[in-house]
Amino acid sequence: MAEVLVVTSGKGGVGKTTSTAALGAALAQAGQNVVVVDFDVGLRNLDLVMGAERRVVYDLINVANGDVKLQQALIRDKRIDTLYLLAASQTRDKDALSEEGVRRCINELRARFDWVICDSPAGIERGAQLAMRFADLAVVVSNPEVSSVRDSDRIIGLLDSKTMKAASGERMEKLLLLTRYDKIRAGRGDMLSIDDVLEILSIPLLGIIPESEEVLRASNLGAPVTIANAQSAPARAYMDAAKRLQGESVPMTIPSGRQTLLTRLFGRRAA
Amino acid sequence: MKLFRLLTGRRSAPLARERLQILLTHERATTGPSGLIAALREDILRVIAKHVDFPPEKVEIKVRNGEEVAVLEIDIEIPQALARTAMTRQRGFAVA
Repeated sequence: MAEVLVVTSGKGGVGKTTSTAALGAALAQAGQNVVVVDFDVGLRNLDLVMGAERRVVYDLINVANGDVKLQQALIRDKRIDTLYLLAASQTRDKDALSEEGVRRCINELRARFDWVICDSPAGIERGAQLAMRFADLAVVVSNPEVSSVRDSDRIIGLLDSKTMKAASGERMEKLLLLTRYDKIRAGRGDMLSIDDVLEILSIPLLGIIPESEEVLRASNLGAPVTIANAQSAPARAYMDAAKRLQGESVPMTIPSGRQTLLTRLFGRRAA
Repeated sequence: MKLFRLLTGRRSAPLARERLQILLTHERATTGPSGLIAALREDILRVIAKHVDFPPEKVEIKVRNGEEVAVLEIDIEIPQALARTAMTRQRGFAVA
């Protein structure tokens, strides 16, 4: 019963890769077998955010083209042993990926894992469409900002027309992950509120990730934020989102960035 | 700047929201998966143009997506001078 999930957004820089790593790690931390797959051929970064950049030998294209076995290309996380990475190629371009190859690869991953999380490239072109093509479920990452919301709307349109699910007349499930949310600025009326974005995009909410310096810190360290500092506000928000993905009903709160001195000291030391 | 905002009570988010709503209504209509709206708009404009000389930007077509049905709204703004001789305002018929 594997679930193939695409993390997508249209716009770049809104937190697709961060969210892929964090959700993947959170699900794996909960005991699920997870693989995160980088579809950003030519501009791979999931390996870097996961801290596995020096361990990539084979990649998605090698597997999709049948050059190597899946087993040879999967990179096992050193911190959580149910978490794997399938990297993108850095030297090839997007056209090196065939739809048939991707289909075979995803099917193989389905057989091995509980969750296959595809990190989509930005844009609405071939690469983004291949990443979403075989997904069962989409997480649309958006910032509370006009250009990001506009592009999310466009991606929702693509998810409803270009995925296998949509093509076979099924409903493609789409969930909104609102990232870089600043409660104070939204409260002041200087940032689109959660309700504004939900009303405009009209898809269900998976989670709200607060703006936090912990996200940059985690990527500096090469660890998903749920591993780098599990007590931090964004980590807790991603863990809640991961629980919702698993069907748990978790109240929609926005974890606060404020922490006591003690949790901060220990949180940092643990990372 | 801050003082100005305090005095006028101006918030930027409501404007962002309004701009997005207007823009996306338009974009969904033109880039929608079926292209139905774009085709309808073209036909409607052609029909109107047969009878009156009419600026195309005065015809607004949008789809409001509800749970069960989507509502197609056609808003045609006619100058009074033309209205006397021509049409009435049409609004709202449902498409499945």
